[in-house]
Amino acid sequence: MSLLDDHVAVQPGVGVVDEDLEKQRFRVHRSSMTSPEILQRELKEVFERCWLYVGHTSEVTSPGDYVRRSVGGRPIFMVRGQKSGEIKVFHNTCPHRGAVVCRADAGNTKVFQCFYHAWTFNTEGKLTGMPGRDAYEGGPDFEGLSLREVARTEEYRGFVFACYDPDTVDLATYLGGAKEYLDLVVDAMDEPEIVRGSNQYSIDANWKLLVENSIDGYHGPSTHDTYVKYLISQGTDLKSGAGAGNAGIDLGNGHGVIEYGAPWGRPIAKWDPLFGKDAAPEMERAAAGLTARFGAERARKMTHTNRNLLIFPNLVLNDIMAVTVRTFMPTAPDHVEVNAWELAPRNELPEVRAQRLDSFLTFLGPGGFATPDDLEALESCQQGFRSGGVEWSDISRGMGRRAKHDDEEQIRAFWRRWQSYLDGGNR
Amino acid sequence: MSASVEPTLDNLQLVGREQVEDLLYREAELLDRWKLDEWLTLYTDDASYVVPSNDLPSGRPERDLVLIDDNRVRMEARVERLNSRKAHREYPHSNTSHQITNVRLRPVSGGLLPVKAEFVVWRFRNGREDRYIGHYEMLLVLVGGELKIRSKRPVLAMTTLRSAGDVAIIL
Repeated sequence: MSLLDDHVAVQPGVGVVDEDLEKQRFRVHRSSMTSPEILQRELKEVFERCWLYVGHTSEVTSPGDYVRRSVGGRPIFMVRGQKSGEIKVFHNTCPHRGAVVCRADAGNTKVFQCFYHAWTFNTEGKLTGMPGRDAYEGGPDFEGLSLREVARTEEYRGFVFACYDPDTVDLATYLGGAKEYLDLVVDAMDEPEIVRGSNQYSIDANWKLLVENSIDGYHGPSTHDTYVKYLISQGTDLKSGAGAGNAGIDLGNGHGVIEYGAPWGRPIAKWDPLFGKDAAPEMERAAAGLTARFGAERARKMTHTNRNLLIFPNLVLNDIMAVTVRTFMPTAPDHVEVNAWELAPRNELPEVRAQRLDSFLTFLGPGGFATPDDLEALESCQQGFRSGGVEWSDISRGMGRRAKHDDEEQIRAFWRRWQSYLDGGNR
Repeated sequence: MSASVEPTLDNLQLVGREQVEDLLYREAELLDRWKLDEWLTLYTDDASYVVPSNDLPSGRPERDLVLIDDNRVRMEARVERLNSRKAHREYPHSNTSHQITNVRLRPVSGGLLPVKAEFVVWRFRNGREDRYIGHYEMLLVLVGGELKIRSKRPVLAMTTLRSAGDVAIIL
């Protein structure tokens, strides 16, 4: 197949995804990665319409706890109300004249006061005070001038999502087939929490390259050769994950997952020489506990099977040598901002937590032995697109067979859904 | 270390800023020239190299998410990785410039000399221009008459890592 022979005029966003079942060919036009017009359509048709990850309930456990975020490119904040105890997500803008009212990344407060004219809001969003209220005939409209909640906020097992489209389906329906994979992560941890500290980096690449990369099992051995060599040098048995899964799965609604036996240690309960001999008994105890609670088959999935899960469009949960929660947002066709956290069981022993944190850093994060090479790969693709000559990228791997973890079916699932959103579908 | 300073280094209390600066500048030069095996010789066998997260400069690696938490073994693995041709983010290697100022020595305690210094590290590669700005927190020791680094903790002043992308180089 020669990609060079294809010259198809493509309108922005139309016919970008080309699937030919007869030829077993799936391809994506590269304008999707470079076109400012397509990014504008994505902002409107994808990011204004989909459920987007905001944060985790463990980040706001006490009344008055808040975190400030950018979600779908909009500054917002999530707060647990002092009176209601419920989590609310607000647009971060004063209803008076616009200034942001939440000006720290995280904290605990009784009120949010806009510094510009000192309007004060409680943690339920209600306007409670302002200087000089007698200047308003009949008094200020306290109700109408309260903080504005985002159109929709819902939670699934600790993961808080927001949606700017008031008419969207409920979160559980939206998550669909992805729920059981979130369940596996949450059940294995009992009570997960976000660890303090985060990775906030950026990549000079289209955001969908990071989607593809996050659920791509094919690039592992080649791109991450130095990581594999590091594991071998530390005594890891790369065959130790055999038989614990090998699939690339379309979960519906654009979500996808790869499952595969972990060649490395998993802090949840798959021991590895990296953890040290002393860690083995506690891991055996944890594994036995999971087996008792969930049965042997499900417990083994929790302990020995890696999952790289994409929740459409921009949330990734990689349950690998540690669990990372990663979300990202484009600021240009060739630039994406990434925020990532580590998820861990709240009640784990301090020494197990330390091993988990250490395990994360071997591969993950901007200083790990693997993530920087992913950044390089994505930037390299983006540079390659500028060369032109080749109009389409090929994503046909594993078509026509039960997809394996290093096939591309789960990536195709993302693209099919993406195309239908750009076409104005899924309403 | 250069031979000229060695004879004076039998007492950590007598180590002055000049000797500390010599060590820091030597480290910077080795890093900028990608002489990483030699760079390792500046560190003790029980050394650590920790870079906390931008949003949690006080982060402790055993409890919090940090960017890098290397012991001596991991430092050697990092060097081996960067020396290979498979650390794609750093092959070919970047041009870097480690710049160090405001070197401050704190009182010696428990056989350790605490040092703080400000740093700017520039990285140039493939059209990218990255900069890392912050301060080093270091503990120095005397080993066999030589001043060595027991721990190095580059604390970034940038509120996020967005302007640099990653920390694939050694800061």
